[in-house]
Order: sequence, then C-alpha cells, then structure tokens
Amino acid sequence: MTTEVRSLREFRMPDVGEGLTEAEILTWYVKPGDPVTDGQIVCEVETAKAAVELPIPFTGTVEQLFFPAGATVDVGTAIITVAVAGGAPAPAAAAPAPAVQGEPAEAPEPERREVLVGYGPRTGGAQRRARKTTVAVSNGTASHGTAAPAAPAVVVAPVAPAPVAPAPVAPAPVAPAPAAPVALPEQAAGDRPLAKPPVRKLAKDLGVDLRTVVPTGPDGVITREDVHAALAPAPVVAPAPQAPAAAPVVEAVQDDRAATVTGGDVRIPVKGVRKATAQAMVASAFTAPHVTEFVQVDVTRTMKFVRRLKETGELGRDVRVSPLLLVAKALLTAIKRHPEINAQWDEAAQEIVIKGQVNLGIAAATPRGLIVPNIKDAGARTLSGLATALGELVDTARQGRTSPADMQGGTVTITNVGVFGVDTGTPILNPGEAAILAFGAVRDMPWVHKGKVVPRQVTTLALSFDHRLVDGELGSKVLADVAALLERPKRLITWG
Amino acid sequence: MTVKSTARARKKAAPAVPDNLPAGSGAQPELIQLLTPEGERVEHPDYPLTTTPEELRDLYRDLVLVRRFDAEATSLQRQGELGLWASLLGQEAAQVGSGRAMRTGDYAFPTYREHGVAWCRDVDPLNLLGMFRGVNHGGWDPNEKNFHLYTIVIGAQALHATGYAMGITKDGTDDAVIAYFGDGASSQGDVSEAFTFASVYNAPVVFFCQNNQWAISEPTTNQTKIPLYRRASGFGFPGVRVDGNDVLACLAVTRWALDHARSGNGPVLVEAFTYRMGAHTTSDDPTRYRLAEETEAWRAKDPISRLKAHLDREGLADEAFFASVEAKSEELGLRVREGVRSMPDPDPTLIFDHVYAEPHTLVDEERAEYVAYAASFEGGENL
Repeated sequence: MTTEVRSLREFRMPDVGEGLTEAEILTWYVKPGDPVTDGQIVCEVETAKAAVELPIPFTGTVEQLFFPAGATVDVGTAIITVAVAGGAPAPAAAAPAPAVQGEPAEAPEPERREVLVGYGPRTGGAQRRARKTTVAVSNGTASHGTAAPAAPAVVVAPVAPAPVAPAPVAPAPVAPAPAAPVALPEQAAGDRPLAKPPVRKLAKDLGVDLRTVVPTGPDGVITREDVHAALAPAPVVAPAPQAPAAAPVVEAVQDDRAATVTGGDVRIPVKGVRKATAQAMVASAFTAPHVTEFVQVDVTRTMKFVRRLKETGELGRDVRVSPLLLVAKALLTAIKRHPEINAQWDEAAQEIVIKGQVNLGIAAATPRGLIVPNIKDAGARTLSGLATALGELVDTARQGRTSPADMQGGTVTITNVGVFGVDTGTPILNPGEAAILAFGAVRDMPWVHKGKVVPRQVTTLALSFDHRLVDGELGSKVLADVAALLERPKRLITWG
Repeated sequence: MTVKSTARARKKAAPAVPDNLPAGSGAQPELIQLLTPEGERVEHPDYPLTTTPEELRDLYRDLVLVRRFDAEATSLQRQGELGLWASLLGQEAAQVGSGRAMRTGDYAFPTYREHGVAWCRDVDPLNLLGMFRGVNHGGWDPNEKNFHLYTIVIGAQALHATGYAMGITKDGTDDAVIAYFGDGASSQGDVSEAFTFASVYNAPVVFFCQNNQWAISEPTTNQTKIPLYRRASGFGFPGVRVDGNDVLACLAVTRWALDHARSGNGPVLVEAFTYRMGAHTTSDDPTRYRLAEETEAWRAKDPISRLKAHLDREGLADEAFFASVEAKSEELGLRVREGVRSMPDPDPTLIFDHVYAEPHTLVDEERAEYVAYAASFEGGENL
C-alpha cells in the first residue's frame, strides 16, 4: 500500500479573447489549501476586452497562487497550481481517481505539452525554432540529442516564472516581476541574445557579455542603454529580472496593484482607472478653460428637511436620504431654470449642444479609483426616484461593478468633497461636460440669521464651468440658484 | 393595433401578417405564444399543437442538455481549451423548437451559434468543439446529418439555403430547408437576395431569424424600423413573429412554416423573438453596452424554467425524471470536458488532403515540400 499519490498541475493564463497577450488578475476566489473541483471559478481577470471569470480545469487542492490580485500576467504563464490525486510517477497509481476527474491518465512528463490552443498564448515571444541545419553554426552546441534540444527549451521558457516567482512562504501580497517577464526566456534559453549590430559592437568594445545584459527594448532586444547599464555597477531603477530578490520588499504596498519600492520611493504602475482618470483630467484641464465660483450658504433648513425625510421614511423604507440627494435635486432644479448649463462643446462640429436630458454624474471614490457613474435622465425623476437611483449608483460603485455604460453620456457632475471634511475645491470638469458642482463639508458656523449672529449649519458650494460656452452670468445664476434652493428647500417645490 | 384587424389579416392567405402597425410606432406586434413565461399552456387558433407528456419531457431534456453543453464550452474556452465560443444561452427554445420541427429529409443551414439545432440533428457536440478548438473544420458530414457546416460569414448561408431549396424543387421531393440567421444578418445584402430568389422561385425554404436583440453591440433598433418579420411582406411571402423563448410555439410555428414551404407555397420568414443572455462570443463583454435590467427582464422569460413550471403544474414529470435529466447533464458535461481535453492535434498535412477529392499533382508536390520543411526543424516535424 503506497501513500496517496498526488501530482501538481498548473493552470496557465488562457487567452480568453482572441489574440490577447496579457490579463490582470482582479480577484482570487481561492487560496492555498482550498479544495477545488473541475469547472469551479477560481479568479476574475480583466483583459483589454472584458472582465471574465476563470474556471479551473482540475479537481484537487490549491497548492499555490503565483500572482497576487492586481498583477498583470502574460498569457501562457502559470498562475496557480493544484495538487490532484493520481497521475504521478508512483507505483500502482491505478487508483480510480484519474478517470473520474476528467484528466486522461497521462505520463508524468515534467512539462506537459502546451494545452492552450486556438489563438492561444505565444509561448516563446518572437523566437524562432532552431533549424537542424543551423544548430552547429549558431550555438556551437554540437549535441542536439532528442532528450533536451533547444526547441523544447523555448516552449518551456514562459513557465519560468513559476519556480522563480514568489516564494511559497509568503503566499499573500507578493508581487511578480512587474516590468520584464520578457527577459526571462532570453536568459533561460542560452540562445544568442537579440541586439542590433552597432549595439553588438558596442558591447564587444566595452567587454560586455550580451548574455548577461537585461534587454529593455521591444521584443526583448538589447538597446545601447542596456549595454551601458550592464557596465554601471548598481542600477538605480529597474529591479526587473531580479524578481525574487525584489519581491520581499514589495509587500509593503497595501494597494493591490503591483508596485515596487526602491530606496524608500514607491513606484506604482499607472494603469486602469488611474490611467483613464489622468488622461481625462489632462484632456479636460487643457481644452476647456475652467472658471470656478464659490458661495457659502446656510443649509440649516435643508439639513432639517433631510432629517425629517429620514425619520418619516416617506421616500420609501429602504431609500437612503442624504444631504447629497437635496444638493442633486437643487442642481437639477437649477438646470431646469437654466438648461443652457447642461450642454457640451462640440469641437468637431463647432457647435454647442444643449442636452435634451440631464445625466447627472456623481464622482465616487471606489476601490478601483475615482469613477463618475451617472444617473440617466435624472431630471425626469421624482425625489424618491432620484434617491433610489443615487443609492444604487453608490452601491454599484462601491462593489466595483459599475459598467462602462453607467459612466458614459454624463452631462453634469457633482463631487461631494465634503465627505472628506474639506470645505471646497476647484473641481475639474468631467470631459465633455460644461459644469461640475463641488459640495463641501457642512459645519456649524456663526452666521447672521434674522439680524443676529447665531450658530447655523453652513456649507460652501463651488461651481466650475467651461467658459467657452458658459458665461459668468449663466454660471453665477446656476450657482446662486443652487444656493438659494438649499437655503430654503421649499423653493424646490415653487421653482421645480 | 386592434385585435379585430389582426384577426382579419391572419385569415387571409398565411397567418399573422398584420400590416396595420404604423411604422416605428414602437408598439410590439402580436407574438405567437403557446406557453407563457409562467408555464401556462395557451391555445392559438392558427397554430394548434398537441403534445404527449413524453414529447414535452423530451423537449425539456433537450433544452437542459443543450444549455449544459453550451455552459461547458464557455468554461472550456475560459480554460484555454477553445479559441472562441459563441454561446446560445437564452436561445435554447428557438433552436430546439425549430430543430425538432424538422423532418429527417429537411436540411438546415446554420450560423455559428446553432448548437441546439446541431443537437437536434444528432451532430456530436465534440465535433462542434473541435472546430472552435481549431483541430477540424467542422468535422461532420453535412449530407449525413442534413445539417450544413457552420457559416461564419454573416448571412451567407441564406443564399446557400435558397439555392439548395431551389434544387429540391428540381428534384421534385417534398423536403424543405431552413436557413438560420440573426437580427444583425437581416441587414446583409445576402439575406435580401435570398429573400428575392426564394420568393420568385417559390423555393421551399423557411428563413428562421433568431432576433436576440443584439448584433454584437448593436441593438435591433439599429437594424430596422419595423418588426423584422414584416420584411417578408415586401418580398411577397408571409412572415410571423413567434415567442422565441417558448419551445412549443417555436415547434408549432416552424412545423407549420416547413409544411407551408414543402407544399409548394414558397418561403416563410419566422422571427423568433428571443434574447442573447450571454456575450456575443467569449471575446465580448456585454456589460459595456447594455443594461443589467434588460438582461434581468429577459431572465424572467427563461425558456427552460417555463417548461419546467408547466411540467410541474400539470404533473407531467416527477422528481425521478428531473433527477435523471440532471444525471444525463452531468454525464454530458464530463464527456465534453474529457473529450475536448484529449483531442489530438491534427496531422499538419491533413489540410492537403481536403483540397481536391481526387489526387492532384501540384498539391502532392506542395505536401512533399511542406513535409521536408517541417522535418528540417529540431524536435520533430510536428509544427
């Protein structure tokens, strides 16, 4: 009787689209030690095309996760190993298990032939397979026995991160080598390194062995800079190929993105929502001339109104009521009185587009970063309908499930900076919109009320607008209207 | 629209061609339905259908197994075992209903999503998957199954079907042809040409349009201003809209349409009004262009749960039956997974074998060249 026969199977990042080269791991649903069954969803990944869930093709126990959530992984790279019963090179392994779990009992080759098909992964970058006739010339390796010739080595190469990458000791937030997984195949293969002739000459002149140089050029080509860098003693940046060494330091970063720490500086790759935010903000700030106006307003009555709505539950039992709801309603009412503020500058057509409906954007801080989903046709909603929509929008955003459709087509935005305890700011327009309202913190302040200085609840509102299409007069009227509505919320009825 | 005028229109010639809908009115025309989403059986004067409990149970089994197969295929794609998969989720009833309406001699021309029709034509699911894995080109014999190869070119098969149907007329048999396509393909020139030829030549072909509301990311409103089935009247043949999530209505209407065609009355357009619950293909992310509410609304019209509700309500199936279907489904899942994972790669020279039916000198030469080229690499000739 032998002990239980187990073998490790690795699951590699598949190409879930057509011709994708990489995917970002968003969430792991399993951890080492968890049992999994064939077809069970183990993680969610996001590619250039879609966020999709990946089912594991084995039944067994999770042995190891190679990458933390947030890592971007090349297609074809092993991301998880599962210990499965049977299939190992043990005596009398004729347990009934293999048949049940759907894995044809297979020879225990250390490297199973690539299972990924179709448009599947590029296994070895752009490397060519060695031709028999050229072997002797290029490598000087006389032996090209059938056991381990160059070609299989190339096929195996992308798997290299598996043994190299994170030590099994620290399963949680270990980062993979962020920048240069490409570098590994070159080193592993012992092949002729890729470099252009002048660079080869430079290396020769400087006495640098190209095989020791880390390539940073496209497709793993060694550049002139790489050669110089190889000559300099300690590179300042780029911990790239030394992933194992760099890894332990990295876990300090709590953001789940792969980040690197070098000499106290934290370097976080700019991608995803951060990248989109940056591009949108730069585009907006440098195309639309922004003007920001401010007003302080006594919102005591609005706050009282909010409290009453909460207590009576008259908007519906499960509806959340917040000051933001009243601010939104006030802005929508102001827009009804001044529809020209709900507009867009169409550069291509050289037209100002007054929008037919108000899609009210709410800037939301989410686990994935700043996003601005909007409530479609918010102007047509009742107060209770608006409250419901607002609640759903916030919940969806918090769960990170906001769809791109939810974020498209906004016409005006509110940013609730008050929740962070600040009074106001100069918001940057959401691209394509003409105005954005910042709602600051509500504070108890000494205020002249009915001829006396008394404590009142006061907030600051800021309205940024695109001066190409919104003049100071229009912008001021809108802001003044919002302030007046919040000062006396009854006006929501008389003006609405 | 008024019920009266619809009824009058129906009585004329072919059933249900209400021309009284104002174009672009947005009003939904009558949908032929025999089984409500709640599982209640309703009668329709023009499409009577009698079914035995056993037939209903068979249809239920078909629907469940087809959905299971489809889910396994999606999962296999996510594991890197298939290059691509076009899921039929939500369209099971349209495909099984129409597929089971066919007689043995009838011939189907599918798109690339007709896995349920393939099932009804006894095409081995693994053959379909081999194609999406890239190890065969659709490995079934179309003439054995009377199920043509999957057509990727949008709408092209409508012409193939029409040509085949015209051939049937010349043969003088009473077989009929069914051409599958979608709402997006309805905008293709090929489909219009097929309509024209089929109509003018009185070809025995049923154009079966599964309007699943989305052509990848384009909504049906981008394809047409009138309900799609009304296109037929302009070409001079009847069109009818059927609840595509109602397997019984799809069966009855398609059976009627095929009989209409095989009796020498010319083509019919059937618009099966349904919904693509999943992505266009595994490379698509529908959350980027459509709202979750819409999907949820259609989930309530699910084709399988309404038939199950009917079987339950009428006491036509017991727990043992549902358990046996479940067991069959598991068995199919396992067979599909194992089958795909152990599919051998084809011999690279196979491609030369299918160029000409007879030996051909030039192809032989090219094959020999290729073999020599492949053998020049280290590590074997298996490229």
